[in-house]
Amino acid sequence: MARRYDSRTTIFSPEGRLYQIEYAMEAISHAGTVLGVLAKDGVVLAAEKKVTGKLLDLSSAKDGGYGGSGEKIYLLNSNVIGGVAGLTADANSLVNYARTAAQRHLLQYNEDIPVELLAQRLCDMKQGYTQFGGLRPFGVSLLYAGYDPHYQFQLYHSDPSGNYSGWKATCIGANNGTAQSLLKQEYKDDILVKDAIGLVLRTMSKTMDSTTLNSEKLEFAVLTLDPETKRPNAKIYRPAEIDALLLSEGLTKQDDDTEMKAT
Amino acid sequence: METSFAITGKGYVLMAADTTAARSIVKMKTDEDKIKTLSPHLLMAYSGEPGDTVQFAEYVERNIRLYQIRNVYALRPAAAASWIRRSLAESLRSRKPYSVNLLLGGYDTSSYNPQLFWIDYLGTMTEVPFAAHGYGAYFALSLLDRYHDPSASLEEGLDTLRRCIDEVSKRLVVTPGKYKVKIVDKDGVREIEL
Repeated sequence: MARRYDSRTTIFSPEGRLYQIEYAMEAISHAGTVLGVLAKDGVVLAAEKKVTGKLLDLSSAKDGGYGGSGEKIYLLNSNVIGGVAGLTADANSLVNYARTAAQRHLLQYNEDIPVELLAQRLCDMKQGYTQFGGLRPFGVSLLYAGYDPHYQFQLYHSDPSGNYSGWKATCIGANNGTAQSLLKQEYKDDILVKDAIGLVLRTMSKTMDSTTLNSEKLEFAVLTLDPETKRPNAKIYRPAEIDALLLSEGLTKQDDDTEMKAT
Repeated sequence: METSFAITGKGYVLMAADTTAARSIVKMKTDEDKIKTLSPHLLMAYSGEPGDTVQFAEYVERNIRLYQIRNVYALRPAAAASWIRRSLAESLRSRKPYSVNLLLGGYDTSSYNPQLFWIDYLGTMTEVPFAAHGYGAYFALSLLDRYHDPSASLEEGLDTLRRCIDEVSKRLVVTPGKYKVKIVDKDGVREIEL
């Protein structure tokens, strides 16, 4: 019976559900985890890379920096970092749309786009795909970590249905339930970025399948305010910086590696 | 002849515009309000071609309001100024351009700063500490160079404004009689009697 209402995105089932949207969200809950924490003086974002392996050519993702760190974290505008979970191809097209929307705002108003407005722009488009038939919805959830003068630092989440909401700490992708209950326990209001970094990494290490965290499996970014210019400073970490950070947070098992090499 | 002034002070922008509506050499009206309130913390004084001014000012007013309704928060003064400048620049390159000169004064509620923008019908825009349009500008700008103080209290600012208006009525051949004065600060917009 349910099958009859599965195939088309825009048709309600008799129980009043849109199956394709629910399937899209299901697809996302199998994707790599993306986790964000809002701190008093910044926002921290971390993501689990899924496509890895010895033979994968990472030379294009080595640089991190402007465009993003490869698979999941992208700079959407100078004041917003996006983390994506879901179908990578769909995500690329949304990232492109977000960047265009941000630049259009810059051209028209000569200011960085407010974070909520950018989330709204994407959600307007995502919603369209749940109502106008013949097309598949975007299989992507996003986290937006951003800054604007209206509400300072912000963290938003948007899903394939076109809903968005603001969060103090949240998680999308695989094991997001576990991560969120961990965050609920550990999050404190007025947390600072340096503590938020630890919280994010610890939560990631607990929710990810792999036992050891390293730059091959992890993407990481922090948005803060430049103390001098008071302008947002988006830093997407390079692989070497991630390894150094994990080491300083005491989350790498360096000893194991050296032992293995010795034997 | 049409004249408008604006000066910034400590936490406020003062704007004054004459209230005459004239056609050729005839005064039609002496209580015209040429300063529009665009949003709770934004004022715009307009002058120029009579029909164009009102038409363009209302177009701006409604678009700024629409943005505010759609997006919960109002445009910040600098963003609004950029949008208005672009509208004028696009109009300039159309078949029938608006010939309107503007002074845009606002209080940025997120950075707690008063801001003033001088915009002309060619789409020129600059942020300035004080500004004037019309024939009055020839007399007022030198006075303001001498007397303007960005940290002046409201009383001091009003004194400077009175000085400008007095100078214009003393020296200009066809001098406007009355002025309307408005202020925008952290509490919003209100009218002030000189």
